[in-house]
Amino acid sequence: MSSTTAAHHDEHHDHPTGIMRWLTTTNHKDIGTLYLTFSLIMFLVGGAMILAVRAELFQPGLQLMKPEFYNQLIGVHALVMIFAALMPAATGFANWMLPLQIGAPDMALPRLNNWGFWLLPPAAILLTLPFTLALFGIGDGAIATGWTFYTPLSIQGGIGVDFAIFSVHLLGISSVLGSINVIVTILNMRAPGMTLMKMPMFAWGWLVTAFLLIATIPVLAGAVTMLLTDRHFGTHFFDAAGGGDPILFQHLFWFFGHPEVYIVLLPVWGFMPQILQTFSRKPMYGYKAQVVSLWAIGALALVVWAHHFFTVGMPVPALLYFMYSTMAISLPLAVLFFCWIATIWKGSLSFETPMLFATGWIVLFGIGGLTGLVLADVAADAQYHHSYFVVAHFHYTLFAGGMMGVMSGVYYWLPKMTGHMFSERLGKLHFWLTAISFNLTFIPQFFLGLAGMPRRIPDYALQFTEFNMISTVAAFVLGFSQLIFVYNIVSCVRGGKKATDRVWEGAEGLEWTLPSPPPYHSFTEQPIVK
Amino acid sequence: MVMQFLKKAGLGVMLAMISLAAHAEYTWNFPMPATPMAADTLHVHNKFMVIVMIIFLVVLSIMIYSIVNHRKSKGHEAATFSGPSTKSQVLWTLVPFAILLYIDFILMGIPAYHSVVMMEDTKTNADMVIKITGSQWRWQYEYMDGEAQGVKFVSNLTTPQDQIDNKAEKGKDYLLEVDNHLVLPVGKKVRVLLTSTDVIHNWWVPAFGSARDAIPGFLRETWVRVDVPGTYRGQCKELCGKGHGFMPVVVDAVSAEDYSKWVEDQKTKLAAASAGADKTWTKEELVEHGKEVYVKNCAVCHQAEGQGLPPTFPALHGSKIATGPIFDAEGKLVKDGHLDRVFNGKGVMPAWKAVLNDTDIASVITYERNGLGNSVGDMLQPAQVKALR
Amino acid sequence: MSSQTHNAGHYYVPNPVAYPVILSSGLLALASGFIFNINNFPAGKWMMIVGALVILGMVFKWMGTVIAECQNGLYTKWEDKSFRVGMIVFICSEVAFFAAFFGALFFMRVISIPELASFDPHFTMYKDFTSAWPSAGPGGVVLGKEYVVGHLNPMEAWGLPAINTLILLTSGATVTWAHWGLMKNNRKQLVIGLFLTVALGISFLACQAVEYHHAYTEMGLTLGSGAYGASFFMLTGFHGFHVMLGTLMLIVILIRSMKGHFDADHHFGFEGVAWYWHFVDVVWLGLFVFVYWL
Ligand code: HEA
Ligand code: HEA
Ligand code: HEC
Ligand code: CUA
Ligand SMILES: [Cu+2]
Repeated sequence: MSSTTAAHHDEHHDHPTGIMRWLTTTNHKDIGTLYLTFSLIMFLVGGAMILAVRAELFQPGLQLMKPEFYNQLIGVHALVMIFAALMPAATGFANWMLPLQIGAPDMALPRLNNWGFWLLPPAAILLTLPFTLALFGIGDGAIATGWTFYTPLSIQGGIGVDFAIFSVHLLGISSVLGSINVIVTILNMRAPGMTLMKMPMFAWGWLVTAFLLIATIPVLAGAVTMLLTDRHFGTHFFDAAGGGDPILFQHLFWFFGHPEVYIVLLPVWGFMPQILQTFSRKPMYGYKAQVVSLWAIGALALVVWAHHFFTVGMPVPALLYFMYSTMAISLPLAVLFFCWIATIWKGSLSFETPMLFATGWIVLFGIGGLTGLVLADVAADAQYHHSYFVVAHFHYTLFAGGMMGVMSGVYYWLPKMTGHMFSERLGKLHFWLTAISFNLTFIPQFFLGLAGMPRRIPDYALQFTEFNMISTVAAFVLGFSQLIFVYNIVSCVRGGKKATDRVWEGAEGLEWTLPSPPPYHSFTEQPIVK
Repeated sequence: MVMQFLKKAGLGVMLAMISLAAHAEYTWNFPMPATPMAADTLHVHNKFMVIVMIIFLVVLSIMIYSIVNHRKSKGHEAATFSGPSTKSQVLWTLVPFAILLYIDFILMGIPAYHSVVMMEDTKTNADMVIKITGSQWRWQYEYMDGEAQGVKFVSNLTTPQDQIDNKAEKGKDYLLEVDNHLVLPVGKKVRVLLTSTDVIHNWWVPAFGSARDAIPGFLRETWVRVDVPGTYRGQCKELCGKGHGFMPVVVDAVSAEDYSKWVEDQKTKLAAASAGADKTWTKEELVEHGKEVYVKNCAVCHQAEGQGLPPTFPALHGSKIATGPIFDAEGKLVKDGHLDRVFNGKGVMPAWKAVLNDTDIASVITYERNGLGNSVGDMLQPAQVKALR
Repeated sequence: MSSQTHNAGHYYVPNPVAYPVILSSGLLALASGFIFNINNFPAGKWMMIVGALVILGMVFKWMGTVIAECQNGLYTKWEDKSFRVGMIVFICSEVAFFAAFFGALFFMRVISIPELASFDPHFTMYKDFTSAWPSAGPGGVVLGKEYVVGHLNPMEAWGLPAINTLILLTSGATVTWAHWGLMKNNRKQLVIGLFLTVALGISFLACQAVEYHHAYTEMGLTLGSGAYGASFFMLTGFHGFHVMLGTLMLIVILIRSMKGHFDADHHFGFEGVAWYWHFVDVVWLGLFVFVYWL
């Protein structure tokens, strides 16, 4: 996104230029830029896929595509959005900002860092290649099981499933490398005097994320490996005939899949208090309480996974356990909400674009979280499960809680990264269009779900028509509003008003002590933190 | 193109708004409950929704107050606190926490507990048992005990392809209509066993409040007691492949007398069918009946003209298997031959042995050999199929 | 971990390198080749070969660079600590990987097989199936793949597996002994210790190969032998694969030791491999207890 060929006096001028710079870089800022750019592109790709889906759902009947293709689009949409848009965005911020925030010369393992990024494009290729292959008559398209790979549907599936399996393997290696790097950087690269309890919240958020990734990504890798051997090498992990169980796959998948939803949000929960504090001109509220809550969420995340498949039939004690433990997650999250709001409370607020996104984010993510709390109730979940109610819930958490958080972060740090200010006017327009059309897209889906519309269907009964129409039209507005975002970023990278070092009046933290943009090698002399 | 879409979209939204306002009965919530479980679920759901909405509104108002009043542009000076400083402040921060604890585990936790126990109690006082088997993409129902014991049928979507392809006006129950409804007596607790022959399905009728997965190789159970007579519609809600959106559930809840009458009917039909298996059919009869069976059961995958959907679904027109021998020289079933494939399936191809009766299998095979552009000329008698079971 | 870091001086940030990109392309080729191969597209084999060669080449190059940097004294205590923490985290992720397979084993053994054997007798689809371990499941047809239960012989724990346990435990001791040698700057002890460890690693692999051969040819125990066969071969197979990698790394370390690399307070390379070896050792103990013995 940005070109950080700083005019400052770099120690090393020996890095290659042009494309080779990006292919071979070991510089954390370059790698961060790569991650963020990749994320933005994949966000558009994943969004374009789902816009096709929404167009199909505009009215009953099959207009644009066959059901097979529909099923491929939704699954790949989800995998792209989560693994190739949201997670890389968080990693991109980690690369850019962690070293700056903790006063480190770079990430701890720069070469692995580069590899971590360069695993992503091959993974994206593997995921989407089957679409292209199908055009040439090879195979029958991409994975058509949704993003959850449920057996035995995925055992039955075609070559697309194999591609998705290996895509997940590459993504997994990338995430594990990224986590190793983050953990090592945080534990070993802090500036002298920066004790753990003085670290910026973003570092804490990422530390918990990395911990969750290390604990769960390998389990996902194991699960899809078993799927692969069930498909091609005659094992019976997920097959009753051999004493296996299709539900075993769901346990393994969601042991990863549930923590995954916090993996994508924890980094956001990390930097969001920093943004709130900046625009409230007031120290963040309850630092310790937030750190404890982040860890509590990380720990609880590992033990509640079965709430995603209450309807498969489980013994009553298991149902109760998973229900109550799931509800328990609302406690640390309520603490976080409390702290965020108390940070704003009695501040001296101003609403530049990042702050607009941040406040909107609290409210909308609040809706997502509260509906999650309702979903945890086993009996009512029989109704909600796999209905559009769930779809609405997780877009409030993933799009509002995740993507809008990321957008807030982008606007917050963009001037620091590029040295230019973006257009406030366009930023505000982007916010309002996004917030309004987002709600118009997904509020109708709550009602659709309650009325009984299952998810993952390409065609629906007549009573669902009106809400789907509203949702589709709003989704297109939402989609095209994102082009403003893209335009704003691109023009900011290319030029614009010079940004000051501090950029925002109330900004606190080491990254704001550096020039905007920071020199290619920052903190070659570590600062001392008192 | 774009303009056209915009126009259509604008029109759609307007229409949507108008009809939303016009249909007072439009469901903004769960459908009217027809079973105790659904009533309980609706109750719990309403209660929880009110609770979370109150939380939401309270928190939102605090935020809005702050956003309006604590603005820099209004000259508000930032306070400097970064946590509770006095004892009473600490106490105050614990209050919301305690409230949430109370809400989670008492206000919501206790009713939720009772619902779970009720939902999972499938056996106590059950009046009858039915078994539901999901397969791609139809439901099979079997009555396991009571007066209807032995009644067994398949329930297929009846919405014509033309309606789905927008070539014909869509009917009232578009996508929610089947040929054979499941019929249940009103007021009887029915224990429902579920399983599947291929992938995971989920049997769901929103008005019943119960949804349970049908898992291949395993038995799962739930229960229903329909208290209000009527016709109830639902859908499969676990992604099960390309026909997932086309796998509806339709249940008729009827009075005890009507139920008995229906059972009689079914028994007569079954008897006729098994008598049919013993008589000798003519080729025309077989082909005619076979076509019906084909359209209902096979056309989803192999398509109406037998052209299939390669690479996954092979064409039957000109297929080596569908035109090859059924029996070998010694009169034994050819492995991987036509009948073997239909009996036992392979991969995505379902096994039809337990689903279709002898007459159906014999006629659909005869049809495939002499219709769909094939002309093998021979035929298969139901008696031959029966002998091989 | 101490919460206070006092790292003075310069942190080594390597120059730009092309290895990762090339390595990733190799992985892409290997993965897609493998996919084509198992889906019966003949071109897959060639892609796999190309991919594997690229990967191999890059691994050697990359490792060589790291060793050279190490020998040129570019790594101080500060970098050394990064490597150590990184290695620990990496091993944790490996633990999670094995946990998935152990989890599958426990799940099938404790939950699904008893459940399959305990359906209401009126409705059960598996009339004579009883819950027992080891089990190959009730048999039947799922997804059109017919599966007949064969006679199932479990692998006996107190034969080769027990010997293998001894071998691995001993090898753990020999690495530690080599480490002591290194700490005392006794190079001879270091090299002999490492050599013994490598030899033990190879004999372990040999025993494992004999066992697999025996299972496939004489016992009829295969990957397809239901829950038992699948969990047995996947767990021991992945473990064996890790032993192989560990042995290869030990060989690298052995060669480096003979060349005189490492000294008493500068030997992350050695320690990383030793930790890995101990990890593989511990996993084996888990396997021995839960897969072979109980
Ligand atoms: C980032 C993503 C994310 C997040 C954070 C969450 C958070 C939560 N989710 Fe969600 N969830 C998903 C993503 C997420 N979820 C996805 C993707 C699925 C579907 C997967 C699939 O099937 O494809 C799903 C599905 C899902 C289900 C399964 C539904 C089903 O399929 O049947 C359940 C059930 O319990 C659930 C529960 C919860 C709970 C209890 C939380 C809790 O963490 C929420 C805790 C938060 C709160 C309780 C809010 C507290 C707030 C306040 C106190 C005040 C706020 C008010 C204002 C600011 C005004 N989720
Ligand atoms: C981070 C995660 C994330 C994000 C950001 C989104 C974003 C969106 N999602 Fe997605 N979604 C999921 C995660 C996410 N989703 C998941 C996990 C599922 C479940 C899948 C499953 O069932 O397995 C799902 C499923 C899902 C469904 C249900 C499908 C079904 O069950 O049948 C729907 C339906 O409306 C939907 C809609 C949308 C919309 C309208 C957006 C919008 O926010 C998108 C905004 C649009 C854009 C950003 C497009 C911008 C691009 C252009 C304007 C074109 C220019 C393009 C190029 C030049 C390439 N999503
Ligand atoms: C769920 C989709 C599906 C349905 C429904 C279905 N089939 Fe098939 N059928 C398949 C698939 C897939 C194959 C290919 C199996 C293979 O060889 O792997 C197949 C193969 C066949 C073949 C062998 C054709 C060949 O050349 O390989 C015959 C004959 C056949 N089906 C008949 C039928 C009949 C009769 C019915 C209905 C009673 C039916 N099928 C319903 C999916 C289906
Ligand atoms: Cu059957 Cu979905
Ligand atoms: Cu979850």
